Amino acid sequence: MSAETAAATAKKDSLFSKKNRKLLIDPLDDSNPITVQVLGICSALAITVQLQQAVIMSLSVLFVMIGGNVIVSLLRNMIPDRIRIIVQLVVVASLVIIVDQVLKAFQPDISEKLSVFVGLIITNCIIMGRLEAFALGNKPGPSFLDAIGNAMGYAWILLAVSIIREVFGSGAISLPGMGQVKFLPAEWFMSEGGFYENNNLMILPPMALITVGVIIWIQRSRNQSLIEEN
Amino acid sequence: MEYLSIFVKGIFIENMIFAYFLGMCSYLAVSKTVKTANGLGLAVIFVLGITVPINYLLENYVLEEGALAWINPAYAEVDLSFLSFIMFIAVIASMVQLVEMIVEKFAPALYGALGIFLPLIAVNCSILGGALFMQDRQYPSIGEATIFGLGSGVGWWLAIVAIAAIREKIRYSHVPDPLKGLGITFIITGLMGIAFMSFMGIEI
Repeated sequence: MSAETAAATAKKDSLFSKKNRKLLIDPLDDSNPITVQVLGICSALAITVQLQQAVIMSLSVLFVMIGGNVIVSLLRNMIPDRIRIIVQLVVVASLVIIVDQVLKAFQPDISEKLSVFVGLIITNCIIMGRLEAFALGNKPGPSFLDAIGNAMGYAWILLAVSIIREVFGSGAISLPGMGQVKFLPAEWFMSEGGFYENNNLMILPPMALITVGVIIWIQRSRNQSLIEEN
Repeated sequence: MEYLSIFVKGIFIENMIFAYFLGMCSYLAVSKTVKTANGLGLAVIFVLGITVPINYLLENYVLEEGALAWINPAYAEVDLSFLSFIMFIAVIASMVQLVEMIVEKFAPALYGALGIFLPLIAVNCSILGGALFMQDRQYPSIGEATIFGLGSGVGWWLAIVAIAAIREKIRYSHVPDPLKGLGITFIITGLMGIAFMSFMGIEI
């Protein structure tokens, strides 16, 4: 990957040099963790029924990602190569335990809905993938930026999918403090005697896959260089 | 009958891929040919079948609230469940290491084919997911937990072999360019998921 080699030569650059900015911007589109690197799909699909869950999940991943990348990057010269996966897992698992306990304490409803998926951040491939590919070979500064970039790349796909699914599936977006925000006048809905019926298929798991598939389709027809062989 | 029901449920109704999207990363990455997909699928069945019962014992005799009472009644108040993530992942990582060594020794061809994906089973969400679902659903005995692990492993194997077979055929079709590879795989998996939903509600 070009981003890694670029970062290796960027040692003397300031934190916001061109190369470092690339670390931050690239994962948003050209090397998006979900649609191009194919990492972290599991959680991305399962918790996109509601925007609220997706936001909490993105924030959790952002936290674990930054923590993990910086810690592993600081430890990178001390970790023996053979046991690096276990070391990484322990670092990530400890951070996830913190997230899980905080969620249970302050957002018990969301924590209930996310159920096992908070724990599954540990095995979220984005985190392990970036630790392996980036943090193990780079200084904490660039690793920090790489973490933010990749977590943002993950977050925007999550938010896009969850907005599409919630709007078409439930006909409304539930926002904290504002209740259900309907995107059509309430009397248009079938349940109120109108003509508009929600597409319940969007709430079911398979539609998450198809929505992401369509996002990939759009992204690649815009950015032809990402097209695969078969 | 209870066992059969859990087994069938794990394969078809609560399929790891189609209902919970667990283990999608390796599912997408290793599903280009049926042969490697089959190997990885079998490895997942094996690892799930071993780690779920071990984690079940860990959960019920060490981690759960009051689980330590068998050592000394004074420990009945201890609740270590906040440690479950780190304990589960440690068990899984070490079991995967073991499986890797066994495969390397007895099936070098398979080892060569699976390449870097065997160590990645450790971070395959379906394995940790199996342990967490087991914790969540509170199975009454270790037998049921084992059957649940095997059932979801078989479900995962079925899904990856099916998608690999489809992807082998789809190479000869005219897929729109931007949809090639990842995109079409996502959409086909979605359609397979819709098909699998017809199993919903089956009771044995």
